[in-house]
Amino acid sequence: MNTSIKAAALAAPVAMLSAAPVLAQSIDEKVNQIFASSTGWFVNFIFSPFPGTSFPWIVMWLVIAATVFTLYFGFIQFRAFPHSISLVKGDYSDPNDAGEVSHFQALATALSGTVGLGNIAGVAVAVGIGGPGATFWMILAGLMGMASKFTECTLGVKYRNEYADGTVSGGPMYYMTKGFEERGIPAGKFLAILFSIFCILGAFGGGNMFQANQAHAQITNVVGEFPGWITGLIFAGIVFAVIVGGLKSIASVTEKVVPFMGVLYVATALVIILMNADMIGWAFGQIFAGAFTGLGIAGGMVGALIQGFKRAAFSNEAGVGSAAIAHSAVRTKEPITEGFVSLLEPFIDTVVICTMTALVIIITGQLVSDPNTGLYLLDEGASTIQTVDGNKGVALTSAAFSSAFPFFKYILAIAVILFAFSTMISWSYYGLKAWTFLFGEGQTKELVFKVIFCIFVVIGASASLGPVIDFSDAAIFAMAVVNIIALYLLMPIVKKELDSYLSRLKSGEIKKFS
Amino acid sequence: MTTKFVVGYDGSAASRRALDFAMERAKAGGASIIVAHVLEWSPYSFLTPTEIEERHKRRAEEMARAETAILAPLKAELASSGVEVETAIRYGQVADTLCDIATKSGAAQIFIARQGESGLAARVFGSVAGTLAQCAPVPCTIVP
Repeated sequence: MNTSIKAAALAAPVAMLSAAPVLAQSIDEKVNQIFASSTGWFVNFIFSPFPGTSFPWIVMWLVIAATVFTLYFGFIQFRAFPHSISLVKGDYSDPNDAGEVSHFQALATALSGTVGLGNIAGVAVAVGIGGPGATFWMILAGLMGMASKFTECTLGVKYRNEYADGTVSGGPMYYMTKGFEERGIPAGKFLAILFSIFCILGAFGGGNMFQANQAHAQITNVVGEFPGWITGLIFAGIVFAVIVGGLKSIASVTEKVVPFMGVLYVATALVIILMNADMIGWAFGQIFAGAFTGLGIAGGMVGALIQGFKRAAFSNEAGVGSAAIAHSAVRTKEPITEGFVSLLEPFIDTVVICTMTALVIIITGQLVSDPNTGLYLLDEGASTIQTVDGNKGVALTSAAFSSAFPFFKYILAIAVILFAFSTMISWSYYGLKAWTFLFGEGQTKELVFKVIFCIFVVIGASASLGPVIDFSDAAIFAMAVVNIIALYLLMPIVKKELDSYLSRLKSGEIKKFS
Repeated sequence: MTTKFVVGYDGSAASRRALDFAMERAKAGGASIIVAHVLEWSPYSFLTPTEIEERHKRRAEEMARAETAILAPLKAELASSGVEVETAIRYGQVADTLCDIATKSGAAQIFIARQGESGLAARVFGSVAGTLAQCAPVPCTIVP
């Protein structure tokens, strides 16, 4: 009797221990199932193709917008590029404004919100599905996106709210309401509300779940498999401490480390590319050939194009409207100057950093091709390209970098976690701005948003990549739908600002200070 | 035009010694004094979105605090000293900003305290006094 109780008492914890992983695994599965089934309709709507084709209308929407802005402002991204650089250097900043937010700081903060997993994992997804050719379309989308960014950030500064206590709030919801009113266009308020709703979803999706998900993938890649909700809880705890507890030290440490991680990442990529200098020509050959023929990938040329454009938009967020929120706090008398500065963002993010990732993946030979035909071999599902070790997403980038420097996967893991974290902090801010626009400002209201935000961190880390990436893309692109309508209607205002500024710059009325 | 002296002042005991030293010289030579309070700031530092949003407000608060807590009491105290004293609050890198003030005001000398940085940090990052000694456009007195 006595011994059997003892045995039972001993057996119970053992049984519990062995049941725990099964239970944990099933939590992940449940979360994934519920998540996929409840967001499917939204994803399907956003990515529905033009009838009779496989081309999603939303991708066309972004491309057309970027083209329109590029033409309307006369290739402003190339004309204003040198002036943008001297603005960031502070050549035109009044020394008496020292201590205010500089152009450099506004750009750096906006960049730390966009440079992140999109550049590391997103590019790997694009190249993994769309082949090297996706890189070409990604670069093109980045260059064109500079004009979209210019338009939205100029408007963001022009129509921001400045409060009596000196704080500022800006973003698409403000130019939609104030700008539309000024031009006598109805429905500004309606668009602003719609944008805010999508912005909140975007904050939960691409700005949060995708980050948590890929951070977890990177951690398991280094330390081995374990349930996602554990990573989720830890991340949620830290995010909670920062955004709710006001633990500024974590946020400011991240803000300072992230730029160095970015530089380290690009530098390492450059070293790997230079180590394989003889393959650079071949890699670009693959990129160009793939851009127009597809080289055997699913969907051919159109497949490469869709992937390239999608991931570029997801990475640099041009036309999405988030940057307009980030850039609006700069101290400047000329809203257009922030537009000039912001156009550097897609350039750094997509044309420089994303291209580095793509080149490293291609040059290190991660994608498997048929030696006879030169075409890429597809996985069983025939949707993604076979990789050397079957990696996808961030694991593919990690494998590519590690093939040159085996220890780099540890550095990358740290970089991914920090990037993910800084992007989450940025997006929690964008989401919060949209939330307070909808519900008004107030401690309790803000707390509700922040708590929901933290819950989504856990969901994001637990769900599997597919549904998370679909929902993240869909939410962010939904923001672009609304924002770009507003940009079309308000672009004459930007044009007026631009003409006035350029003529004063030419006449010497606007001078350098230094 | 009277001779002007620029004094770097942060409210510390050391900077007070530098100020007293400059005051004596000013009295003797009939010079006036600019008390400069520089708030360390770089336009290339990194801020979080929330810090950016609040920056304008914080700057106003920091300047008000510097004025009421450091410069105003000092001005009141020195009013009866017989030396003409003006104050300046600026943002920037301390040594560069002091040089800038000296150039723009046509000052004849800069006075600054040594902050006693002698350890590894000072060797690696340099000290304000050391940098100033190297970049000052006018003679510079470092008061121990």
